[in-house]
Amino acid sequence: MKKIFKSTMTLVAAIAMVSCGGNATNGSREAQELSGAGATFPLPFYNVVFENFSQVNSDVVAYGGIGSGGGVRNLRDKIVDFAGSDSFLSDKEMADMDPVVHIPTCMGAVVLAYNLDDVKELKLSGEIIADIFAGDIKMWNDERLVALNPDITLPAEAIIPVFRSDGSGTTFVFTDYLTKVSPMWKEKFGAGKSVNFPSGQAAKGNPGVAGVVKQTKNSIGYVGSEYAFAQKIAYAKIQNQRGEIVEPTAASISAAASGEIPADTRCSITNSDAAGAYPISTFTWMIIYKEQNYSDRSKEQAVATLDLLKYILSDEAQKITSEVHYAPLPAKAKELSLKNLKTVTFDGTAILQ
Amino acid sequence: MNDKIYRVILFIAALIMPIVCGGVIYALVTDAYDAFEHFGFLNFLTSSEWSYTEGAERYGALPFITGTLMTTLLALIFCIPFSLPVALFVGEYFKGTKIASVLSTVTDLLAGIPSIIYGLWGFYTLRPIIMALNISPQGSGILTASLVLAIMIIPYAASLSAEFIKMVPNDLKEGAYSLGATRAEVISKVVFPVAGSGIFSSYILAIGRALGETMTVTMLIGNTNNIPNSITSTGNSMASIIANQFGEADDLRLSSLIAIGLILFLITAAINMVGKIMIKRARIV
Repeated sequence: MKKIFKSTMTLVAAIAMVSCGGNATNGSREAQELSGAGATFPLPFYNVVFENFSQVNSDVVAYGGIGSGGGVRNLRDKIVDFAGSDSFLSDKEMADMDPVVHIPTCMGAVVLAYNLDDVKELKLSGEIIADIFAGDIKMWNDERLVALNPDITLPAEAIIPVFRSDGSGTTFVFTDYLTKVSPMWKEKFGAGKSVNFPSGQAAKGNPGVAGVVKQTKNSIGYVGSEYAFAQKIAYAKIQNQRGEIVEPTAASISAAASGEIPADTRCSITNSDAAGAYPISTFTWMIIYKEQNYSDRSKEQAVATLDLLKYILSDEAQKITSEVHYAPLPAKAKELSLKNLKTVTFDGTAILQ
Repeated sequence: MNDKIYRVILFIAALIMPIVCGGVIYALVTDAYDAFEHFGFLNFLTSSEWSYTEGAERYGALPFITGTLMTTLLALIFCIPFSLPVALFVGEYFKGTKIASVLSTVTDLLAGIPSIIYGLWGFYTLRPIIMALNISPQGSGILTASLVLAIMIIPYAASLSAEFIKMVPNDLKEGAYSLGATRAEVISKVVFPVAGSGIFSSYILAIGRALGETMTVTMLIGNTNNIPNSITSTGNSMASIIANQFGEADDLRLSSLIAIGLILFLITAAINMVGKIMIKRARIV
């Protein structure tokens, strides 16, 4: 009995020592465990960034891809250090919570993936997309589609629209765009994370929609660009506000944010009027509380949270965006975000000097 | 002393189950309360609207109740022609032979396959066939989901029915044979009447399984929130709407989803109860 006790104690001591070893830091503060939750859209980017970030200060970041809505709910319940969200909080949502700061972390877009035999390059305009998803354009050889795509032969087949069955930031960005370009869409369906699409079929998540499109001839669906780029799905070029036909690329997505951005970075950049802008582009944000002292968090944890955000805004982290099929933030957005980070406090005093 | 400890442990273990069950029901009812209060219980059951427009949210469970009942009923219809012959093969015709035990093992094996794998098979194999046969342009829908569900519930229906068929007393059958009955007559005049309620209850339990199936249905039903107007059109079941939308749902929508969960729970519990009662009756015979 005594022997067992002794060996158990040695084991406990050994574990304690090992875990202490894991906590050793290179920086001036102790390694922290940060937790966040929210959007799945930036997950592949965050995975790489968090991994790299942990090399610097041994901070461990756990992020749960539970959807933007879930992330914001967790932040409201004050059980996470940050929330990831594909849509910024509305004024009404902001009013329900303690003051928060939005920090854009990278950019992405929504692309129109399609499955048409022998069609290599499909061009679409906002109004046509709205009419397709509203069920008003029913056939691929509709005269408006043909007029925009004179070089290709479109089949006389019914269009099968594919949309998201789950609530999603991707749907929000997509319908936000349609609301801006089509008065019909605005009146009948509006923008939201879930929208009642009248025709076609739905699938869960980007992989679900992409899978259905890949497997279904004559279908068209909207998919997050990061997913479409990585999977090499055929996607359409889209006419922007200036009338340019733009292919979604890291450059054309970043271009969408090259115009004016409000100081708190809460803005929709769909249907951007900037030159060369891909019109269905978006920021994705991390949202943190302005006052970091909540739920018994230590000051070091707050510092670590800001270190993480500063790292994400750094050139090093932004360079990773295109490697994992996102687009980097334009300079203006980074500048504003660094300024906003300085307003974050702990017990009323600014954390960053 | 020892006996006392055992008794306490057993008592605690036995107590935990009702507490867990009660807790689940309590949580479902309290969280679903908002939706029932806002829309009215009957209105929630019979409304077919599922509209997210902020400020004018309307949620009703009818499309999903219809979707669940349609897929379950169709699955049951598709499953009978396969499960009943298997049950007769194993329980009567080839009772106790090697081939029967192989067949029943294979059938039981079907029950062990995770539902996601059925879903994948349905999505990548069955769906293209449905499209190729021009049954529906998008391939997904009530029919596709029901076909796969049918395969999933065959083992439940078949192995339990086989047990009840085996239980039919030999004296009865021998009596019938001695009166000159053929095998087919024995089955229709003796085996089915005696094992009937048992076979019925095994199908009830299979239905219980089909009602709550989530993953497979979500992958194949097409996930549109409207009442399906034919068996080839897309729809949504109670389980699949919850699986699809709980992540981003809050407030009233979350409460509505939980209310749907509660209704599903009640339907499943009622059906299982009927099955249990029928099994008890079958044993008495």
